[in-house]
Amino acid sequence: MTALLTDSTVAQPTVVAPPPPRRSRGPLHYVKRAPVALVVVLLLVIEIYPLFWMFMNSLKSSQEFISSPSWWLPSEWHWENYAVAWEAGNLATTVRNSMLATVPSLLLIVLLGVAAGFALEVMVWKGRNAVLLTVLAGIMVPGQMILLPLFTIYYNIHLTGTLWPLIITYVGHGLPLTIFMMATYFRAIPREIFEASTIDGASIIRSFFSIGFPMVRNAVVTVALVQFFLIWNDLLFAITFANRKELNTVQAGLLSFSGEYGQLDYGPLFAAICITMGGILALYLFLNQRIMQGLAAGAVKG
Amino acid sequence: MKSVLGDRRAIAILLGPALLVYTLVMLVPVVWSFGYTFVKGNPLEGFRFSGIDNFARLFVDPDIRDALFFTIKYAVVMTAGQVIIGYGLALLYIFVLRRSSVLIRTLVFFPVVVPTVAIALLFQKLFQSAPRDGVVNELLVNVGLGSVDWLGQADTAFLVIVVMDIWRSVGFYAVLLFAGLIDIPEDIIESARIDGARHWSLFRHIIVPLSLPILFSSIIFSINGTIKVFDSVLALTGGQPGNSTTPLTLYMYRTAFAFSDYGYGSTIALLLTIMCLLVTIVIFRSARRDITN
Repeated sequence: MTALLTDSTVAQPTVVAPPPPRRSRGPLHYVKRAPVALVVVLLLVIEIYPLFWMFMNSLKSSQEFISSPSWWLPSEWHWENYAVAWEAGNLATTVRNSMLATVPSLLLIVLLGVAAGFALEVMVWKGRNAVLLTVLAGIMVPGQMILLPLFTIYYNIHLTGTLWPLIITYVGHGLPLTIFMMATYFRAIPREIFEASTIDGASIIRSFFSIGFPMVRNAVVTVALVQFFLIWNDLLFAITFANRKELNTVQAGLLSFSGEYGQLDYGPLFAAICITMGGILALYLFLNQRIMQGLAAGAVKG
Repeated sequence: MKSVLGDRRAIAILLGPALLVYTLVMLVPVVWSFGYTFVKGNPLEGFRFSGIDNFARLFVDPDIRDALFFTIKYAVVMTAGQVIIGYGLALLYIFVLRRSSVLIRTLVFFPVVVPTVAIALLFQKLFQSAPRDGVVNELLVNVGLGSVDWLGQADTAFLVIVVMDIWRSVGFYAVLLFAGLIDIPEDIIESARIDGARHWSLFRHIIVPLSLPILFSSIIFSINGTIKVFDSVLALTGGQPGNSTTPLTLYMYRTAFAFSDYGYGSTIALLLTIMCLLVTIVIFRSARRDITN
């Protein structure tokens, strides 16, 4: 557990197996390494080529995509496909909707989840195990189980036509995993720290905000990242609760764009997919280490 | 001191909001959805009580048999693929590539965070056969084999779904297992080496037994995730051809929204929930025993 908090899980991957000392690097050494090199090259091709293929074809005219082999570079580079995709795919709207649904959800999930994790793991009271178990049971509930009642409720209280149904659902559905992960992190912190801080008369609420929250800062970022990818990539709730063009999120918008437009014009469709992946790719490269560690931690414990 | 950490007002303030949202968004709908399983109809046309008809229908509905079969087949094949290939990659990262594994790890992991819809549309085009061949068929034609209607036949469509979802998710399992393998104490491996264990025997008698807990929870985790498969299938095949690639999740969605049958939809959702529940009980048991502390 402490390993997770100190970021060492992924940062020091190679301590396990120190290489046996090699005396010579004769030809045999390289022959032995050849299968490894082959595997690595194969992996690189498998991971990269589909993305390369997509990018190349996002720059071709539809005519060229139909008439000539698709596996290599375009003869003319049609950058305007990106502008067409942006317009026809309604991407400005869908990106805005995804952000409007994701950001408030994340803030609420983190705030509610950290506080609940604290109350469930640090504070001492009767029945907390029962509450913890009830909340954790929510991790396994598939979205389909809550879909229809929520749809009915949102319809009856006239929330359809706004993004609120998405935000509310994401928060409720994301809380169990968040609380579970936060509780695990708080378990690693000795209770005495919080007891000591309240000796001077600070309320426990205050010591939660001034001591508890800062102590799990790293974990909060990790949890928020895990939830970000889950929410941003959601399709089920998005097509159910925001099922109209002006409310489409990126995923739902891309799906309907492919249905309406994708059979006609390939270049812009590929361009739209590239744009959707591009933003996530940039974010991923920026936060790579933390994402891996966070997802692994959440999975091992969850 | 107990009194400070047991302050009831503070507990209510910290836990209350989360519990309220959880109750309203999860608990109430789950109970409500269970209530729907005893009725027929939808909010617009009204409901009428139908007893256990919906449950009886589960047993005679040929579509549910197909969907259940697809879901289980997919879960089994995917779990085997994710865990075996993921384990292979994790071993490759740690014992072969060592320090230079960062680049490969980063690349193999990337599809995990990419929106599934985008990947599904990409694979749809990679494997398409009409109106023109995708690159997979181009390759097949070039080496003298004919082009295949990948997404037009049940068997090959299943294959494409599996290939795509493995491509999409295996980086996650590789990192998960990698994180577990790092936790094996160095001195255990060292002393096994000194005792003469090499390659296969080291792997068979030291590495595998010590990584059993993480392997086991990967398996359970994978089953739990794959039972819920929805996005990738919806975006890649839409359940076609026919209903041949329709998992329970998608069948539930269609039943509820295309056929406006909330009662039967909820019954399918309940079946799905029970399946997840059973698997997850095993998760928590094994996690309690092996992983946490």
